[in-house]
This record gives sequence, structure tokens and C-alpha cells, in this order.
Amino acid sequence: MKTNQNKNLNDFNLMKYGYPDENGHYGIFGGTFVAETLIEPLTDLRNMYYDLKKDTDFLHELYSEYKNYVGRPTPLYFAERLTEKINGANIFLKREDLCHTGAHKINNTIGQAILAKKMGKTRIIAETGAGQHGVASATVAARLGMECVVFMGEQDIYRQSQNVYRMKLLGAEVVPVTSGSKTLKDALNEALRDWVTNVDNTFYIIGTVAGPSPYPELVRDFQAIIGREVIEQMENIDKKVDALVACVGGGSNAIGLFYPFIDCDSKMYGVEAAGDGLETEKHSAPLNKGKIGVLHGNRTYLLEDENGQIIETHSISAGLDYPGVGPEHALLKDLGRVHYASATDQEALKAFHELSRVEGIIPALETSHAVAYSMKLAAKMKKGENIVINLSGRGDKDLNTVARIEGIEI
Amino acid sequence: MSRISKKFEALRNDSKTCLISYITAGDPSIENSLDIMQTLVNSGTDIIELGVPFSDPMADGPTIQRACERALSKNTSCLDIFELVRDFRKHDISTPIVLMGYLNPIERMGYEAFAKSASQSGVDAILVVDLPHEEAKEVISIFKKYNLESIFLIAPNTKIDRIQEISKYASGFLYYVSLKGVTGATTLDIKKTEEQLKVIKKSINLPLAVGFGIKDANTAKILSKNADAVVIGSAIVNIIEKEQDNKSKTNSDIVNLMSPIRLKLDENLISGEKP
Ligand SMILES: Cc1ncc(COP(=O)(O)O)c(C=O)c1O
Repeated sequence: MKTNQNKNLNDFNLMKYGYPDENGHYGIFGGTFVAETLIEPLTDLRNMYYDLKKDTDFLHELYSEYKNYVGRPTPLYFAERLTEKINGANIFLKREDLCHTGAHKINNTIGQAILAKKMGKTRIIAETGAGQHGVASATVAARLGMECVVFMGEQDIYRQSQNVYRMKLLGAEVVPVTSGSKTLKDALNEALRDWVTNVDNTFYIIGTVAGPSPYPELVRDFQAIIGREVIEQMENIDKKVDALVACVGGGSNAIGLFYPFIDCDSKMYGVEAAGDGLETEKHSAPLNKGKIGVLHGNRTYLLEDENGQIIETHSISAGLDYPGVGPEHALLKDLGRVHYASATDQEALKAFHELSRVEGIIPALETSHAVAYSMKLAAKMKKGENIVINLSGRGDKDLNTVARIEGIEI
Repeated sequence: MSRISKKFEALRNDSKTCLISYITAGDPSIENSLDIMQTLVNSGTDIIELGVPFSDPMADGPTIQRACERALSKNTSCLDIFELVRDFRKHDISTPIVLMGYLNPIERMGYEAFAKSASQSGVDAILVVDLPHEEAKEVISIFKKYNLESIFLIAPNTKIDRIQEISKYASGFLYYVSLKGVTGATTLDIKKTEEQLKVIKKSINLPLAVGFGIKDANTAKILSKNADAVVIGSAIVNIIEKEQDNKSKTNSDIVNLMSPIRLKLDENLISGEKP
């Protein structure tokens, strides 16, 4: 297996796979579809990022934060009892749930916050769905002494009330978004509007590999630490990686795991939220059921109606409830490099319980989608083959949701 | 010569400033929009900007967001808007119409099909808010093929060399966004905008329009000294929202808003002063 062991962000330039191009395009996807006022800040951000990713001081600071603040490297855990129960491939869990704040999101927010500081910005804004990215943004803002405003759909504030309180404890202001469908996509719109208005002092930390260029690229690069650690950890125990599985909302935890493996022969599976089922209207699976269009600054697969209006999505997990997906996933789908599967609400719930009981790990509902699909996949794979699941987050934030569904008052 | 160029030329000959009015098509209904368009022309509007509603209007403030929601609650589509323009053209062949919207509804219909129908219905130009010229090459050439002009935005943070680059792709006029913010904002700095308009005017050949945050006759008048056109948007949409159940009140309130702006813009002419 040819792998890329290097630790510097810029060493990925050596990869065969050369996306995005210099204009932020991933084939026909990606790009910069924004109003004119955002062109300058995006250009500044791109220039700053391209300079810094070659800068050893920056990389030192980043890796020091990864280690001492985020708690990296996260373990790669062999799920022995689950493997036995499924009786197929060996199942490994990449424990991003053990990152500070309980999900992979902080790998990205710490990187962007350091960029913000280097650019002299004093105010951070972020959008959030499940609240994990909001919490991770509020956390790094507190860490670096910056003001933080988080936009969150009214609907999600209700679903994820615990995370709302966490953000407030961390000193962030949480702004309820009441426009449109009152979920993640509307929070993103509102954050973009705030950014246009306050571009002089404000840095927008996007929470996933979406948005206009250069966001999909820099979020990927900050999350790619996940895959790089897996390469090293599997080499240390002399195991081959046969399959990688991650859930896909915007796609940041998935691309973080996949990207360092792109030039290798490991199979990759992204799992979208099938909600009530792909055959119904109630799902969040643009790669499986969407059309190509333009939203939030990039061209990608979208869930939209026949007039090109974005439609409301559904998933049991707020973090996957988004009508678009990162443009790089759109490309990887079309290239056939990644297979995009899906899991329904029911399958995710079942996996949530299964992993809790069998391994003593309560996964986030987002992550449960990846677990659900992996259990099916592992059963079909040969014994001795190895599958790595990105355990993107822990489930504490979802206890209310699950209890409510099961009619339990807590 | 295009309808827009003709309009600017005629206004220049009369030493008048072009008054551009924005409404969202289909707000609160397509029939009302037709009425409102005619009212706008009768109260001094020279060019109509028709917003194409979108579910995620990320460059718009709350006023136009709600206008989009009202239009979409009636399922207003591009085809409905072309129908509206066709009806408007039955009585008015001289007022240019600019469609202003976001890329996705256009992309969904297909650039070619969109441009063809737009052109046939009597649309003159397209302004796609989230389409900077770097991403627009294919679209512009298709628009051109159907005699549609491409309007582009420039912003307070657009550097002069970029403005010149944009003006190579633009036709009709250039639209200067007077503030960093969304439509309907209240933070317009008139002095600063005047200064910026002076600088921009010197570096372009196209007519220059200024908009975002202009709500009253005095502001329009001051900015008109350094611009060829002023755009009024949210102030009109606010009236439509408030009086959506009362057609005649909508129209009379719009006249009460727009006529004084027209009068103020033409003030120097009436008093015989050199503009
Ligand atoms: C634990 C967890 N996993 C996954 C996601 C989905 O985001 P992405 O697809 O960008 O990894 C979220 C989003 O909130 C999350 O909280």
C-alpha cells in the first residue's frame, strides 16, 4: 500500500489526485458562487491560507493545538465484540468522539481560528445544525479570546437544546434563525449575510467541506489529520485498510478520513441520511437522489424541486439534515472513487443502541448512520479484512432526541 | 441599440437620472406584479428590476427574503415570470426589464432554455447575484446569443483593476452596491458612497447605477450627482408587504413613494438649473 505519511499539510501537493484546481473547482463542482462583496475576503483568505500551509510556525502551532488542546492522536480502537457479533471483517473505530468537545468538528475550528487570528480578525461567526460545530467554534473562540456568534435554525435549537446551553457557557451568542426552513441551510444563509455586513472584523468559520472556495479545501486539509493518523496506526499494527466508512452531512469527517487514502486502493463508503427512506420525500441524501446545482457558493449535488428551489430535508440527526454536500464528494461520486450509500433513521437508531450495548460507546446519531452501514458491509466482507469507521462524534447531545422518540422522559 | 442603451441615451439627452425600481416577481402574486410594474412606470420608473424568487436569497435582507417566501408560496416559477413580462410588453415596449436573481433556478431550467424564453418574452438583461464574472463565461455567451445583456455588481471592496475587469464582461450598466451588507440595510454612508462613485465613474465606460439602502428622495438626489442611475428596492417591497391585501392602497402608496423621488431627481431641470 502506497501511503502518505508526511505530517505537513502542504505535502499533499505531492499526491497524484490534484483537486481542486487553482480556481477551486473539483471537475465541474465547487467554485466561488458568491455576491461581489465576498470576493475580496475570500481572496484574502485563500492567499493567507496558501502562504500559511507552507509556514512551519503555523504548522507547529496547529499540531501543538491538535495534541494539547484537541487531544490528538485519537485512538484507533479494535471493536472486538462487534466484530465477533457481525462475524465478518475486523471493525476498527477511529475515535473522533474522544476529541475535545466530543466530535471531529474541532480539528477544523482550531485551524480556522488560528487563521482568523493571523488575519487580524476579532470576531468569529459560525453556522450550526447539531450544535457540534457551534460548540467547537465557541470553544476555540474562548481559547483564543475572540468574540463568537453562532447562527442556528430555530428548529435545531429545539432539537439540540443542550448544545445551545454549552455554547452560551462558552461565551458565545446564539442567534436563532427563523427564515426559510429554520434549519442548517438557513443558518448558513444567515451567517453569509452577517459576513457580508461585517467583513472587516469578522472571520466566518464554515463547519464542513462546503461553501465557496477556498473553504472546501481548507476544511478538508484540517480534517485530513484523521486519515493520516489512521494510516500510521494501521501500519503500526501491520494491517491493511480494506474499507473506510464515514457518515456524510456536508462531508467533513468523511473527507478527513478518505483524503489521505485517495491514491491507495482502499474502498471508501460515504453514508448519507436516508431519513424515512430514499423512496420517500423525507431524507437528506443529495448524492443518492439530488441534482447538480449551485447553493452556498459552490456547485454540487442538491435536493431541489423542479424550479430549482431548495427543498426541506429530513433526518433524525440534525448534523446530516442539509440539502447539499461538499463539492469534492460530488466529484468523488462521479469519478466512482467513493461509493455513497445511505442509512435510514430506523437503521441509525438501531446502530446507536447496538454500539452502545456491544462496545460501551454511545455514538452521535450522525455517526450511527456510518455504524449502521458498516455492520451490513462488514458482514459481506471476508474474515481478516479490515474496515475503519470514522466514529465522528459521541452521542451525549442526542440523548434527549432518542429518549423522546422512545417515549421516555428524562 | 439595446433597449437599455436607448433608455440611457434618451435620459442623457434630457439630462435626467435613470430611476430603477426593484420588486420581487410574484409578490404577492403575478397579477399584482403586473399592476405594480405599470404603477412604477407611471410614477417615474425608467427601468424595472424583477426579482426572480429563490428559496435561499443569501444576499438579501429580511424584507426581500419575505418577498421571496410570499412569491414561492404561490409557486412562482421562471415560466410565470416570462408570462408576466410578456403581458407587460403588450402595453409597454420601451421600459427595459432586468431579471435579478440567483443562479440555481436558472441553472435548473438550463441556460439555453432560460435565455431563449427570457429574450422572447421581452426581458432585456440578467443580473445573477451569486455569479461573479470568473464563473460566468459560458452563461454570458449564451445570454449574448439571445441579445440579453449581463449586469454585474461591484462592491465597496472591489478594487479598481477588478472593476475594469468586470466591465469587460458587463453590458447595459454596472450596479454599484453602496454598502457592505444585504439589501434593505440601514447603514448607508452617503459621503463615502459619493466619493467611491466618483472614483468608479472615472474608470468605466458603462452607465453606473447605485443601489442598496436608498429609501428616500434626498439620498437618491445626492447620489445621482455621481451616478447615472439610482435603484430603489426594499422601500417598495416594504409597501407591497404592508398592503398585500389591498391592491389599490399598494399602488397609491407606491406612487406616494416614487413620485417625490422622481420629482427630486428632476428638480434642477424644472428650475432650469444646469444639472
Ligand atoms: C458527530 C457528527 N458527525 C458528522 C456530522 C456531519 O458533518 P460532516 O459531514 O461535515 O462530517 C456532524 C455535524 O454536525 C456531527 O456533529
